[in-house]
Amino acid sequence: MTKINVTVDGISYADEVEPRTLLVHYLREQIGKVGTVVGCDTSNCGACTVDLDGQSVKSCSVLAVQADGSTVTTIEGLAAADGTLHPMQQAFHDNHALQCGYCTPGMIMAARDLLMQNPNPSEAEIREGIEGNLCRCTGYQNIVRAVQAAAAAVVTS
Amino acid sequence: MTAVADAPTTAEPEIGKSRRRKEDAHLITGRTTWTDNMSVPGMLHLAVLRSPMAHATITSIDVSGAKQRPGVVAVFTGQDFAETQGNVPCAWPVTPDMVNPGAPSLAVTQVNHVGEIVAVIAARTKVAAQDALEAIDVEYEPLAPVLNMEDAIAQGAQLVHPNTTSNKSYTWVFDSGTAGTGGAIDDALASAEVTVKRRFIQQRLIPAFMEPRSTVVQPVGEGVLVHSSTQIPHILRTMLALTLGIPEQKVRVVAPDVGGGFGGKIPVTPEEIITTLVARRLGKPCKYTESRSESLMSAHHGRAQIQDITITAKRDGTITGLDVHLLADMGAYLRLVGPGVPILGAFMYNAIYKIPAYRFVCDGIFTTKTPTDAYRGAGRPEATFAIERIMDELAAELGMDPMQLRRQNWIKHEEFPFTTVCGLTYDSGNYEAATDKALELIGWDALRAEQADRRARKDPVQLGLGISTFTEMCGLAPSRVLGSLDYGAGGWENASIRVLATGKVEVVTGSSPHGQGHETAFSQIVADRLGVPFDDIEIIHGDTQSSPKGLDTYGSRSLAVGGIAIVHAADKVIEKARRVAAHLLEASEDDLQFEAGTFSVKGSPGSLVSLSDIAFATFAAHNLPDGMEPSLDSDATYDPENFSFPHGTHLCAVDIDTETGRVTIRKYVCVDDIGNPINPLIVEGQVHGGLAQGIAQALFEEAVYDDAGNLTTGTFVDYTPPSAADLPSFTTDRTVSPSTTNPLGVKGVGEAGTIASTPAVINAVVDALRPFGVTDVRMPATPERVWRAIAEGAQS
Repeated sequence: MTKINVTVDGISYADEVEPRTLLVHYLREQIGKVGTVVGCDTSNCGACTVDLDGQSVKSCSVLAVQADGSTVTTIEGLAAADGTLHPMQQAFHDNHALQCGYCTPGMIMAARDLLMQNPNPSEAEIREGIEGNLCRCTGYQNIVRAVQAAAAAVVTS
Repeated sequence: MTAVADAPTTAEPEIGKSRRRKEDAHLITGRTTWTDNMSVPGMLHLAVLRSPMAHATITSIDVSGAKQRPGVVAVFTGQDFAETQGNVPCAWPVTPDMVNPGAPSLAVTQVNHVGEIVAVIAARTKVAAQDALEAIDVEYEPLAPVLNMEDAIAQGAQLVHPNTTSNKSYTWVFDSGTAGTGGAIDDALASAEVTVKRRFIQQRLIPAFMEPRSTVVQPVGEGVLVHSSTQIPHILRTMLALTLGIPEQKVRVVAPDVGGGFGGKIPVTPEEIITTLVARRLGKPCKYTESRSESLMSAHHGRAQIQDITITAKRDGTITGLDVHLLADMGAYLRLVGPGVPILGAFMYNAIYKIPAYRFVCDGIFTTKTPTDAYRGAGRPEATFAIERIMDELAAELGMDPMQLRRQNWIKHEEFPFTTVCGLTYDSGNYEAATDKALELIGWDALRAEQADRRARKDPVQLGLGISTFTEMCGLAPSRVLGSLDYGAGGWENASIRVLATGKVEVVTGSSPHGQGHETAFSQIVADRLGVPFDDIEIIHGDTQSSPKGLDTYGSRSLAVGGIAIVHAADKVIEKARRVAAHLLEASEDDLQFEAGTFSVKGSPGSLVSLSDIAFATFAAHNLPDGMEPSLDSDATYDPENFSFPHGTHLCAVDIDTETGRVTIRKYVCVDDIGNPINPLIVEGQVHGGLAQGIAQALFEEAVYDDAGNLTTGTFVDYTPPSAADLPSFTTDRTVSPSTTNPLGVKGVGEAGTIASTPAVINAVVDALRPFGVTDVRMPATPERVWRAIAEGAQS
């Protein structure tokens, strides 16, 4: 077992983990952050995407020990303390960008990262930017709309 | 109680509003209840060992090593449950002589597909269970795999199941001549001026819902509490009771948040049964969650049909007959409704056309592949593909414009209601209106002109235009029809409504969602019906304890059946409330009007009482009419009198790089007629998602097996559901021909996009390539297949 210190959604954790433990399993099974989900076992679907030190990562492709000393933001820590939604969460709601909602945590985290890299993406750039995240329900059209809306909201705020 | 207030204002109707969804709040913040999120004190984790062999007898299984592994509590094989596990249920014996050799959850003596479960480990942690799998030693004696349906039914074929005499499970026939619903197909074939015959291959698909299936079973006394990622909590309850001999009243099933289904979470699964068996054997809560690889390999597959279709016509384009023969791959076992899936398609081959003679024959065949069952559309996408493809081929044979051929043969809007050659009565529709709108939206004539120009100058990028004028049957289903098709249950749905003391409303439905937005759409219906605010309504679903009666979610039935049950329950509430209102207002019931949640006396605008006040009055029960029971609630079960028949015109324009074979969807326009939309935003979302899955069948997805019977597309690396970068933005629009057989005029929209889009895309691909001598391209139309079709077409 290896000791790690990691801050997740503003709370500091000190935990023992097996060296092979993936970050997503640490989040879900050791500290109860079940808002982040597992959709595949080949790092294709992106459902487990979280923010690791300011960059989105598929948390199934990071070992928990690699997150030692890091700060992780998951979908559960995205809204403000008073419950105000992050602009991307709000945009997903406003644009009906989710149906079953299983891909949504990862999709929101990936889309948020996309706008941090490129605040004003074209439709094609959005589609390419989220191609590492699979959705089986929406056909992506409303997700694209949501990202466009969030981009506009961030620009005007 | 009698308020003297302003007259009630009529609120803007909720139905028709693009309400943002109630469901979203917890889903966008990660406060979800997926089954795999659950953890129960003392819970054990299960891992299952799956067969690497497509077909083999089990010579021996040694689990002693696994039992010694750290954290392992128990290991079981099929032998341990041989007497108690029963069979994974199949509820649809489509013919009296259908062969069902039985389906063990844990293989006992033989495995019949790769991925079949041969052992299960219960351990303190999931990784401990998974780690111990490698310590189970299984010896197999290989048998020849059975992979090809035609070989499977040839003389002397290897049998999948040793207790059968053939790999054919059933032959199901519909013949309009003998049914009395149309002419004799043999006469049509004999007298045909033009005959076109084609073979289409419906490749195997995988539903690929995003949430892998998960089940948590807690033994509770003699019974069980089952949480499962399922579309069918009610059917699962009954089936677990029947399969395992647990009294039904001691089985409670909960479907918490369910991450997509698309039919893929309809069947009762071996994993649900195994988790229940192990939990009861050990007296401990147990959880099983599949990996994606396990899901793709062993959750059921869909489609997998060979379609031989013959259409006959007069030279002037009038269709005279349709003859269909299917080979339908059941895979290794018959799942819950697997045998019936192609039969659901039987009534849709005639589609929107007036076809005087029709025959449909389906052979259900066993192979050593993953079992098949419903996948979005279930039989109807296959039928729609075949008829819409062969309409284009007939048009080409006749030298007619494919749209003109359709116009000439479809049911005119003034001819509704129309009884088809299958005996179904289509209640409403307007194919002309949907088509005219779609043609205008896509700019059809300009695209045709561009196509001619590109053909003339031999542009390496050719333009193809595809049509799909589809209909489908939704709202499964009138119970008597299901009975006539030998399905094991009915097709009704239940709802109950409770108006609480504070005037808030609880609506219980037997149809639980997995992404469809039931809570929002049903709230809109109830808000209008009862005149209560949208936000005051709570929709309760997905737990057989709180929602005890229901037949669940599939076949675009939730609105067209479940929604109508809610309407009836609401009307019963109003009926009772009216009696109370009359009592409180000292008026005759006949003199009352109910509007915007308030009863008032006609001609006496100040004399009124709200539903909320009536609810409190029935709660307090101080002053009710003599003999009236307290409380304001109701229960209604609705059995539809007919299916509903959404339709639409989908048009697709593709660019094909003839040098690489790459197909790019340039424009996709669909005009759907789903009757009255309750929530246009949700409707549009359902259409988008449906289109993506139908287009995926046309261009991207296939479950491929190698010669040894291994699934070679067993991850998302190989089974390639489209990403955002693979799909265009769609242009969607609607026409509205309300259904005449239900009070909301609704039809259902869950499957329309999937059913319609596949042939639209392939017709566009073939249209682009017809000058190259190409008359078909197998799905998925990958660049390689398209390139080869061009190369072979050019040689012929």
